[in-house]
Amino acid sequence: MTSPQSSHQLQTLPDSTQDIVVIGAGVVGCAVARECALRGLKVTVLEKAVDFLDGASKANSAILHTGFDAPPGSLEQRCIASGYQQYLSYAETVGLPIMRTGASVIARSEEQISQLDGMQDKARENSVSDVQILSRQTLNAKIPHLAADSLAALHVPGEFVIDPWTTPYAYLSQVLQSGGTLMRDCELTGGTLNGGIWQLETSCGTMTCRLAINCAGLYGDQVSQHLTGKSRYQIKPRKGQFVVLDKAATKQVKTILLPIPNERTKGVVVCPTIFGNVLVGPTAEEQQSRSNTKTDRTTLESLKAQLKKIVPDLADTPVTAVYAGLRPATDHSDFQISCHSDQHFIDVGGIRSTGLSAALGIAAYVADQIEGRGHWPKPTKEIVPPAPTFPALAESAERDWKKPGNGGIICHCEQVTRREIIDALHGPLAATSLAGLKRRTRVTMGRCQGFYCHAELCELTKGKLTPAMSSSIP
Amino acid sequence: MGALNITPDLDVIVIGAGPSGLSAATKLARMGMQNILVVERELEAGGIPRHCGHPPFGMREFYRVHSGPRYANKLVRRAMDAGVNIMTGTSVIAIHPNGSLTASDDSGAFQLEAKRILLTTGVRETPRSARFISGMRPGSVMTTGALQSTVYLKNQRPFKNPVIVGTELVAFSALLTCRYAGIRPVAMIEDQHRITARKGSGVLPRLLGIPLRHNTTIKKIIGEHQVSGVELCSGNSDKDGSEQIACDGVIFTGQFVPEASLCRSGHLDIDALTAGPLVDQSGRCSDPAYFATGNLLRPVETAGWCWQEGKQVAAAIFNDLKQGEINRTSRRIIIDQNSTAQIKYVMPGCLSVEPGNTLATHSTTLQIRLNTAVKGTLELKQGSRKIASQAISSLPERRILMPIEIPTELDTSDQLSLSFKPA
Repeated sequence: MTSPQSSHQLQTLPDSTQDIVVIGAGVVGCAVARECALRGLKVTVLEKAVDFLDGASKANSAILHTGFDAPPGSLEQRCIASGYQQYLSYAETVGLPIMRTGASVIARSEEQISQLDGMQDKARENSVSDVQILSRQTLNAKIPHLAADSLAALHVPGEFVIDPWTTPYAYLSQVLQSGGTLMRDCELTGGTLNGGIWQLETSCGTMTCRLAINCAGLYGDQVSQHLTGKSRYQIKPRKGQFVVLDKAATKQVKTILLPIPNERTKGVVVCPTIFGNVLVGPTAEEQQSRSNTKTDRTTLESLKAQLKKIVPDLADTPVTAVYAGLRPATDHSDFQISCHSDQHFIDVGGIRSTGLSAALGIAAYVADQIEGRGHWPKPTKEIVPPAPTFPALAESAERDWKKPGNGGIICHCEQVTRREIIDALHGPLAATSLAGLKRRTRVTMGRCQGFYCHAELCELTKGKLTPAMSSSIP
Repeated sequence: MGALNITPDLDVIVIGAGPSGLSAATKLARMGMQNILVVERELEAGGIPRHCGHPPFGMREFYRVHSGPRYANKLVRRAMDAGVNIMTGTSVIAIHPNGSLTASDDSGAFQLEAKRILLTTGVRETPRSARFISGMRPGSVMTTGALQSTVYLKNQRPFKNPVIVGTELVAFSALLTCRYAGIRPVAMIEDQHRITARKGSGVLPRLLGIPLRHNTTIKKIIGEHQVSGVELCSGNSDKDGSEQIACDGVIFTGQFVPEASLCRSGHLDIDALTAGPLVDQSGRCSDPAYFATGNLLRPVETAGWCWQEGKQVAAAIFNDLKQGEINRTSRRIIIDQNSTAQIKYVMPGCLSVEPGNTLATHSTTLQIRLNTAVKGTLELKQGSRKIASQAISSLPERRILMPIEIPTELDTSDQLSLSFKPA
């Protein structure tokens, strides 16, 4: 499925031997590539889909976790904690949006109330020390509209809502500005290591590098298998379905509402999004398929039923959209990050639901591992990080519709301008699929789902997307 | 915005240049109001009829049959001839209490205000997502509105062999659009045992050789990036009646909902039954600086009907401005709890009386729709006092009109209640 005019077709594999090849352009791959590029290494990112963020990273709850409930001492907890701190300062420096909502884990029975103490202790053990147990009265004063059986809560002030799509976009923009390469529609098919140099076979041809980093998410075990002959973990995809409510629901939901988690899942969250909607989800459904993101009516209806139990006033709120994402869970509970110096290979696997929060922490951890091994590529120059570029999509941001010369609004539900759409279709990180265009602009993601803007989009995207949105009437 | 020299003292801003908005603006101008501004987010005024490239439109307004675009064009010209300003390419982002709004066009964001604001933002169809249809989410799944604007405004087609879901009048409009674009639907499906539109429409798919399947629901959409088929479920069959058919797109037709997001996200009360703004018999919203009319009030009526409603609301706004401040008592009309199975909605959702208002009308017509086919009597009461009753025999989704005399006093605190008693 390629179209000759697509801009990503212009990309060619680099001739020179790269220091690093990152396999997979999800949020983790983008962050790892950025860290390596900013440390002066020559980086290429390979992505098998027509656009980046097309696997596990395309659908999540967009929460920046503190790691308050992660297993203490785990690699996951360590990466979330470091990723969280790094993200706050990164976002502040470059201007990425953060909604400082806080979160409340709500207890709905006496038994659940008794679990709050343990959660508080765990949070403190994880150095998230500003957590606080709220009585029923305080909870209701703090968060109106909750169901009557909301008896108490653990309040976690540091849990925030961020933008899951422009964040990795910003990371990648820094990779490219540092001289790195992004190859889309480029699948790794195999590779051989000879004298410390990997020769990688891809659907776009052959390339060489000194170190391969596997960030292939849902396909992580397969990539390990391809390159090293075995995988230390097995991906067990876990699907999460979500319902997105109309923007009016943000009147009732201003903070992240979490249930008491069980050992398998964090449970169904009700939370605002940076785009001014309210999310309900995810489910946790184990499955074999690594690409099946089907939604189903029964599950979506059960999410709405759960919403009614959490925030009864929202029972009749119209639904804007539904979606499903896959988490690359494994047969282990922790992240599976391992370095194999002799094989010139780093495996970054099993980054399940906390990848967005942990990405910068994982990247730093991986880069430190690289620097720690003498015979691996060493940065040659001191680098001043280039300023990232990214679209301003958050409701709180200075959106394009407020500025002159925007070309007028095309998508009225999400207030996306003609200029934003045209910008997203051009440049080195141009959208190459409708899904990618949605992630860069929010176009058609609102309540009418394209009733009004579909026609205009068909025209604006002509020759740019795979598959095409329409063809001319003969 | 800079190019248009709008007087700062606007009498009325109309949001939406479809049939009801244009008709209201034209009437207001003809009654002598100088400063009427219609704000339209599309680049051309005219509303939905603009992309219905087929008849029949315009019987009520022009006494002859027009195609949608020609009809829309005529309404626009008429409004401009009457002295109405139409600002296209301008999207209203938010409405604020007491008649001010935030809008955006190519020049960026700006504020507008007027003595009264009339909302005529119309309806849209329920998309696939809000219907909770199972399966993957490939492209080429759309509503009739998206299809028609793509075909008629851009001369593009998104698929060749789609399935059409639903049999409201608009579904047959989708059929005609397909025919125009050389698209050949593989089936038209309806979950009930009869089509929703009037019987005669059912002839159309037969004439075009397209199978019309009753008692059939869409269970699942198949295909990752592009639609490759749908799974249908036949309600009549005792065995597991699911069946896959190949297609390259799906058109979800009808299940109209008022485009009430400005009201919902803003400060206006919503009528839970119609999903439009809550209005009284004059079209007045919960903030008396705001009025609403046309399909925004309820799903769904023809363009001609909306045009007529636009004229009525114009008269109400005119009187309202002339009358100035006035005491007003309003009472909700609710559906009796034993009749919610039969009655889908009643519009308006409240009645007002204005004792000092010499211009107030004392009669109005309730618009009612049913959920099921029924025979019996509708009754409107306040407490034990009977206000009106009417015998009906109707199918679901048909327009039912119930003329009533508005009591001169609504002084009991009781809300009004509409009930249905079977024959």
